[in-house]
Amino acid sequence: MSKADGAAAILWVGATFYALFGGADFGGGFWDLIAGDAERGERPRALIQRSLTPVWEANHVWLIFILVVLWTAFPPAFSAIFSTLYVPIALTALGIVLRGSGFAFRKSLQGLSAQRAAGAAFALSSVLTPFFMGAAVGAIASGNVPADGNGEAFSSWLQPLPLLTGAMFVATGAYLSAVFLVGDARRAGEEDLERYFVRRALAAAGVAGVAAAIGLVELHAEARYVFDRLVAQGLPLVIGSALCGVALLALLLKAGPMGRNPTHDVGNRPIGGWLMRVLAAGAVVAVIWGWGVAQFPYLLPTSLRIDQAAAPDPTLVTVFIVFAVAAVLVLPSLGLLYALSQRDLLESEH
Amino acid sequence: MFSLDALPLAASASNLLAAREQMAFTLGFHIVLSCLGVALPATILVANYIGLKKGDEAALELAKRWSKAMAVTFAVGAVTGTVLSFEFGLLWPNFMDRFGAAFGVAFAIEGIFFFLEAIFLAIYIYGWKRLSGWAHFWAGVPMFVTGIGGAFAVVAANAWMNQPQGFTLDAAGKVVDTEPLKVLFNNATGYEVPHMLLAAYMVTGFLVASIYAVGMLKGRRDRLHRLGLLIPLTIGLIATPIQLFVGDTAAREVADHQPAKFAGMECIQETGTHQTEYVGGICTSDGVKAAIPIPDLDSFLVGFSADTKVIGLEDIPVDERPPANTLLHLAFDAMVGIGTALLALGAWMALAWWKKREIPQTPWFLRAVAVSGAGAILALWCGWIVTEVGRQPWIVQGYMRTEEAVTEAGGIWFSFALVLVVYVAIGTIAVKVLRGMSRRWREDGAEPEAEGPYAPPAEAP
Ligand code: HDD
Ligand code: HEM
Ligand code: HEM
Repeated sequence: MSKADGAAAILWVGATFYALFGGADFGGGFWDLIAGDAERGERPRALIQRSLTPVWEANHVWLIFILVVLWTAFPPAFSAIFSTLYVPIALTALGIVLRGSGFAFRKSLQGLSAQRAAGAAFALSSVLTPFFMGAAVGAIASGNVPADGNGEAFSSWLQPLPLLTGAMFVATGAYLSAVFLVGDARRAGEEDLERYFVRRALAAAGVAGVAAAIGLVELHAEARYVFDRLVAQGLPLVIGSALCGVALLALLLKAGPMGRNPTHDVGNRPIGGWLMRVLAAGAVVAVIWGWGVAQFPYLLPTSLRIDQAAAPDPTLVTVFIVFAVAAVLVLPSLGLLYALSQRDLLESEH
Repeated sequence: MFSLDALPLAASASNLLAAREQMAFTLGFHIVLSCLGVALPATILVANYIGLKKGDEAALELAKRWSKAMAVTFAVGAVTGTVLSFEFGLLWPNFMDRFGAAFGVAFAIEGIFFFLEAIFLAIYIYGWKRLSGWAHFWAGVPMFVTGIGGAFAVVAANAWMNQPQGFTLDAAGKVVDTEPLKVLFNNATGYEVPHMLLAAYMVTGFLVASIYAVGMLKGRRDRLHRLGLLIPLTIGLIATPIQLFVGDTAAREVADHQPAKFAGMECIQETGTHQTEYVGGICTSDGVKAAIPIPDLDSFLVGFSADTKVIGLEDIPVDERPPANTLLHLAFDAMVGIGTALLALGAWMALAWWKKREIPQTPWFLRAVAVSGAGAILALWCGWIVTEVGRQPWIVQGYMRTEEAVTEAGGIWFSFALVLVVYVAIGTIAVKVLRGMSRRWREDGAEPEAEGPYAPPAEAP
């Protein structure tokens, strides 16, 4: 593996973490959006708020990480992407601003209508942001970003495949989030909410599955290079993702979207909670790496190769060092944050 | 068929102005919040430490309140900072294309600090109730380090734009080799980073102190308010004299390495010795009008002797002269003036403390403290105007002109308008939220109700 490939792998690691954790945070906003009126939606919203509050900012940094690695290690790719896809990217930025500030403001604003407005800004932008992000990614995969940049501002992404990718981003986030929230509800001992999110996880899994299937057809039509490699070199990953998905589906169905929850063993210890999370994550991770394998060795299929876009070696080495330091310092710290948060040592309410 | 791509969203020619205005506005917004992100942790930890060490309830209460407020300012700082990262690509894609490989390393390092800052900030802010006193305090200490590290990395990137080095270009102008350490520790890092860090401590210290000064002017003179004024004010006042020293060094460095910027900000037309220092005034091509002249002082400040030669704008090629000389000059004077005024405030305070061991509680002192926060922010903005406008027409001094860097995308005026509307709204709401929090704290006395975003409890952790 060349240094440039190594840097690309780091980019993909960042994308993986962002998809898992950032994606789930977006999904939380999605469930918030459709949780119904103030009374009906109160408890699910409170659960979402509780699980998001301590971690969303840390999760968000993965996006910064991706941007920074992209512009440092592959400056021409960064420039080409941003000078072509500036419309969906600017809308993504707008969504991030509204989402973050809406979330931070809504609890502390006085008055129900102000709180609702901030809540709505948060929830709505939680859907629009991943959608436009996905549209941009779909446009890259479709080969609509020319290596020199300044590609078509609208027809690069207003195509079936990019739009479908946007929808898939939303559905995937919703799916991850619902699975994570099942565990959170279980920990909080709120059985009805647990079932509530089991049902939603099932629905989201269905939508994501259908979108993925249509996506494959569109991929065949619009991004032939990527499709061909996906069903050849990327096939094990595609199968892996499907297996994870099916296994999770089985677990969710067993958990019983309606009836009493049979996944508690005799001592009423929850079983399968972590397994569910791992399977949900596995399905998503496999798709992301499948995509990476499928467009290898291109960063921008099929106009810019990884090695053509790469910065000089000392810069790449610096990126490796930064990544190593991040692995040593940041990952354990993140682990500490999640551990404290999962053990309810971090309070977002009282 | 009608194609959206053909929409004339904006003429490219006016992109440059729109992009610069948008960049300046979004940076100016972010920088205030990031100052709080850099320096509030230390301020909070000082109060927390006093509270734990001396069992001082008022100090602990302050630390809790400030950390709640920081939860809000940090969130807005994080999203506005994200916008800046996007703007690098949205507004200046050619700059990133050509130089991302060189100065990007600073941002790569910044990423680590942002991670750690976001993580430990969350642990600290949300850990008030369940973590034990000292464990909680120590969980907060990394924020202090990461704030400094993050500011170092970003400002080193900016310093590099002023004194670029650590890269090799080929004939086509492409970066073919880099020396990341030289990029990070370029010649301007040494003064820009400390100057910015001190500015962050000044802005935070004076801003927080001014809030309590207003409260005291309204007759709230309890211990909470006196301590709330004393801790941050002391921090700001300690930073001030060091800041003036660093700023003075910065000015000399600029005179040596960016003579065009220096001539612009001092409004020097002709090269020569015995240059007059002009305070205030309007800068015209035949000298400064309506200013207070101090003969020889400018030369003296640059080289400690009136015989020091200082380069004037006449020796700078016309197309390399900075724009808006009057703005530059007044911005520089305002920064220096405010710094000097804050130093005087410190002298006042030191004198009173020496005599009475107490903050002077006269209305005039409190009024001065009440405006010091706004003053520090103004000085901060002025400093950035000097740095950024003074570097024009270059985006990378001597290597790339800003007009080469700007995007060809359409709609930049539109995006700028949108940014204005959204940021004004967010700024207004953020202030409302913070004021609402403080009103609730007041109404509930020392017993803040379990409300607000995260509501640390009233009892000691
Ligand atoms: C609280 C804020 C504050 C105060 C009181 C001062 N400064 Fe400042 N100054 C800044 C905040 C600032 C800043 C906003 O932080 C800048 C912008 C870029 C930088 O590195 O710091 C800056 C830049 C800046 C520059 C331009 C550096 C460059 O272009 O690379 C000079 C020459 C000075 N300052 C000089 C001074 C002097 C001589 C001061 C007082 C005697 C002074 N500053 C007080
Ligand atoms: C790493 C730090 C920074 C970088 C990389 C950076 C980069 C840039 C860029 C690319 C531009 C547009 C080109 C130009 O007009 O010069 C710009 C403009 C500007 N920036 Fe900075 N900047 C940084 C820090 C700051 C900060 C913190 C401020 C504070 C407010 C600031 C104030 C401005 C202003 C006022 C302009 C407009 C200049 C003009 O209109 O002529 N900059 N900066
Ligand atoms: C063009 C320049 C800049 C860019 C691209 C930028 C980028 C960012 C980004 C992406 C974040 C969010 C990180 C997160 O999610 O936690 C952020 C926050 C922050 N930035 Fe900036 N920034 C710039 C200028 C500055 C400057 C000049 C400072 C120096 C003092 C600074 C200090 C901070 C700090 C301390 C934070 C933490 C969040 C906060 O407290 O508000 N930034 N910045």
